[in-house]
Amino acid sequence: MSGAGAVTRQQSRMRSFFAELPLAGKIGFALVVFWLAVAVLGPLLAPYPVGAFVTNDVFEDSSIHHWLGSDYLGRDVLSRLLLGARYTIGLALGGAVLAVVTGTALALFATVNRGWTDEALSRFMDTLISIPSRIFALVLVAAFGSSLLLLLLIAAIIYMPGNYRIARSLAVNLNEMDYVQVARARGEGSVYVAAVEILPNMLNPLLADFALRFMFIVLLLASLSFLGLGVQPPDADLGSLVRENVSGLPDGALAILAPSVAIATITVGVNLLIDALPGRTRSVPAER
Amino acid sequence: MNPHVVVSGLTVTARSANDREIEIVSNIGFSIAPGEVLALIGESGSGKTTVALALMGYVRAGLHIDSGYIRVGEAEVRQLDARTLAKMRGNRIAYIAQSAAAAFNPSRTIMSQVIEPALVHRTASRAEAEAKAVGLFRELALPEPEFIGSRYPHQVSGGQLQRLMAAMALITDPELVILDEPTTALDVTTQIEVLRAFKKVVREHGTTAVYVSHDLAVVAQMADQIVVLNRGLIRETGRTDRVMYEPADDYTRSLMAAARPMPHESGTAAPGPDSSAPLLDVRCITAGYGPIGADGTPRVPVLKDIDITVERGSTLGVIGESGSGKSTLARVIAGLLEPARGEIYLSGERLPPSLAERTREQFRRVQIVFQNADTALNPGHTVARILGRPLAFYHRLDGAAQRKRVAELLDLIRLPSTIAERLPGELSGGQKQRVNLARALAAEPEIILCDEVTSALDTVVGAAILELLAELRRELNLSYLFISHDISTVRAICDEIVVLYSGRQVELAPRAEFRRPPFHPYTDLLVESVPELRPGWLEKTGSAIPPVIDEPANGEGRDLCAFLSRCPVRINGVCNAVPPPWHTLGKGNNILCHHDDETLIRLHRKLSDDRDE
Repeated sequence: MSGAGAVTRQQSRMRSFFAELPLAGKIGFALVVFWLAVAVLGPLLAPYPVGAFVTNDVFEDSSIHHWLGSDYLGRDVLSRLLLGARYTIGLALGGAVLAVVTGTALALFATVNRGWTDEALSRFMDTLISIPSRIFALVLVAAFGSSLLLLLLIAAIIYMPGNYRIARSLAVNLNEMDYVQVARARGEGSVYVAAVEILPNMLNPLLADFALRFMFIVLLLASLSFLGLGVQPPDADLGSLVRENVSGLPDGALAILAPSVAIATITVGVNLLIDALPGRTRSVPAER
Repeated sequence: MNPHVVVSGLTVTARSANDREIEIVSNIGFSIAPGEVLALIGESGSGKTTVALALMGYVRAGLHIDSGYIRVGEAEVRQLDARTLAKMRGNRIAYIAQSAAAAFNPSRTIMSQVIEPALVHRTASRAEAEAKAVGLFRELALPEPEFIGSRYPHQVSGGQLQRLMAAMALITDPELVILDEPTTALDVTTQIEVLRAFKKVVREHGTTAVYVSHDLAVVAQMADQIVVLNRGLIRETGRTDRVMYEPADDYTRSLMAAARPMPHESGTAAPGPDSSAPLLDVRCITAGYGPIGADGTPRVPVLKDIDITVERGSTLGVIGESGSGKSTLARVIAGLLEPARGEIYLSGERLPPSLAERTREQFRRVQIVFQNADTALNPGHTVARILGRPLAFYHRLDGAAQRKRVAELLDLIRLPSTIAERLPGELSGGQKQRVNLARALAAEPEIILCDEVTSALDTVVGAAILELLAELRRELNLSYLFISHDISTVRAICDEIVVLYSGRQVELAPRAEFRRPPFHPYTDLLVESVPELRPGWLEKTGSAIPPVIDEPANGEGRDLCAFLSRCPVRINGVCNAVPPPWHTLGKGNNILCHHDDETLIRLHRKLSDDRDE
């Protein structure tokens, strides 16, 4: 098969994927693409540097120079938003991917090996779950000082056990299915059984779980930033933007509304998209 | 007499994805006289349940009644508004579903659920309803009618639950009862009791009934009138005797033929030159679940001392009711469950008990096919991938060679090669079961363990699968271990038959010997419980009551006959004291029983005499 043919097939697959999404899914897809673009291109688009004081007025309204007005120190909100989005999106995406990938991998490992492996891993995860997440994050930040890598790891560690629990319960059920038994009776190894027979059939609930964890991490980062322990100034993630401009709330300043709306559209977009993802069974009407 | 139920010109349609109207059933018409039983019969997808539900003015989501006239008693069902319909359902018209286990709420007592329709429709006070329920329990021959109502659904057997559901339906004295495959999920020996109870109450209460089923033999016992449906159309309508003895329609005739499969000649049963060791030799297997105790038996024993052999090219049938350990036997042979004791030999070579110790070659030679093709095929894999995996795994075939072999396999199981790219969800039940079989064939095995492969299928589709199995065996010189609860299926395909009861092997005999007595008393019960395509069979089948014996002393019951509590010819002082011997009857059957030929023939005659009176 020629390379060009494969590319056009890929394109048409993508196009039909989008066309088959329900309206809510299309909206979600558009929001996700928009925010990913902002995260990647933000620094190029931002009209001013992140820490620059551009006006003497604080909590300015929208104007031709400052589309989203100015913040509590007279900095350009649009620039700070464009530069801050990638911290929120990058950390939340990275943290959620890390949490779900390790959680699910450990869950599958526990399921196919059963017995002591399962027992030991599950109790270890229970221990992790029992640690209050905010306190855990506060202690670690206090001990090591805030850095992007640490925030990423904290988010992953906090949200991994929950995913492990969900993935394990899904996998244990699938492990008893006849087609898994058939694979075992065929002599297949554990890796094949886990990766080919079990994993693909638990993807949909796992994606829903991924969306949940993504949002939790956005909120965790926002609350850490609110306490001043998240991303450090002059950089700011969306949560920090909300926190630092909280004094503008009584006036309904754009400086606090804009980042709030940004957080809302990211989480809503991710959820709409994931809920609308097609199931494994194709929607071809069965022959009667 | 004015008919009680009249349906004419009934058409139910569904809207397809591209907004086309599809007729699910078309132009259905019949009438039922008061107190008569009408049977709707057809394979799955024939629309029989749709018609039955339409009598209550109900259609499943996505369907609607397009046209037609439905009258039940005085009510024209299609003219009624939602509130009147709600008053009528469960009150004037009652519905008994296939699975009583799914229809009962597990967290409430049986009585509270049985009297619920009467309370909801305010036809009786609680005390009256409870008194009436006890009366119904008695009529339905339920044990301890005064007390069974205080139990929970999981505390009674499947057959009892089905009868309790009938009590629930009859509590409001409905004028019409709809029974939707009420005995399909039951064992034959249980089915016969439930059918008797249903028939008795329907007759005594003078209720008009609609009986939905795919089983002609069951219908022959229950119905006065039969409507044969196929693909939403009526193929034939008539009195039961007429349809049974002189079917006018080809489709009815094919249903009749499928209901009792003809024996397939084995042909290749002549043992090959290397017949020194049998292909599969299972020696004294004991297996079960839970930790193994000091005496070498697991905490929950399922199989005890199973000894069977399968010769190359022959088929061994394993038969027994649910819970008898049939599937566990297949799992032990496949290596999915390690036996507690005993050994398995494949062509004289010992098979290791656990999966981890078996070689790929050993895996290849023994393949297992599960009952339910819906769960046995990975819903996310295409047919090509499902069949391709064993080819790559055992025979290192990939690319074009693999595609070619997949096409050959599909041809072997009589499916078009175009289905290779489909997912299991896009196939019919019969097609799925064929793919399930083809996956086992892809390994080029020597023996296939078939676990109830036709049980989840319609009679017509199931008969086609049996036909296919017989052909494959001729073409490929395969051996089968064929597990089923249906004695007529087993008799049709197997050379030798082993009967399991409660994990013990109670009889082993060549197929020919399953046609005439003497049998083990349990085999006799099984054989006699299979409904015959003959109206009036149900009334004439004997059910001998076991003679009274003393309870075996505590702790001594372990090695006694497992069938003791149900056996009609048990002997006080022998059966409840001494374990039965494994011995050979005059004509070559091996049985696990104290009795000899004479008593067993007498028992059989007693059962048949009741019938001929």
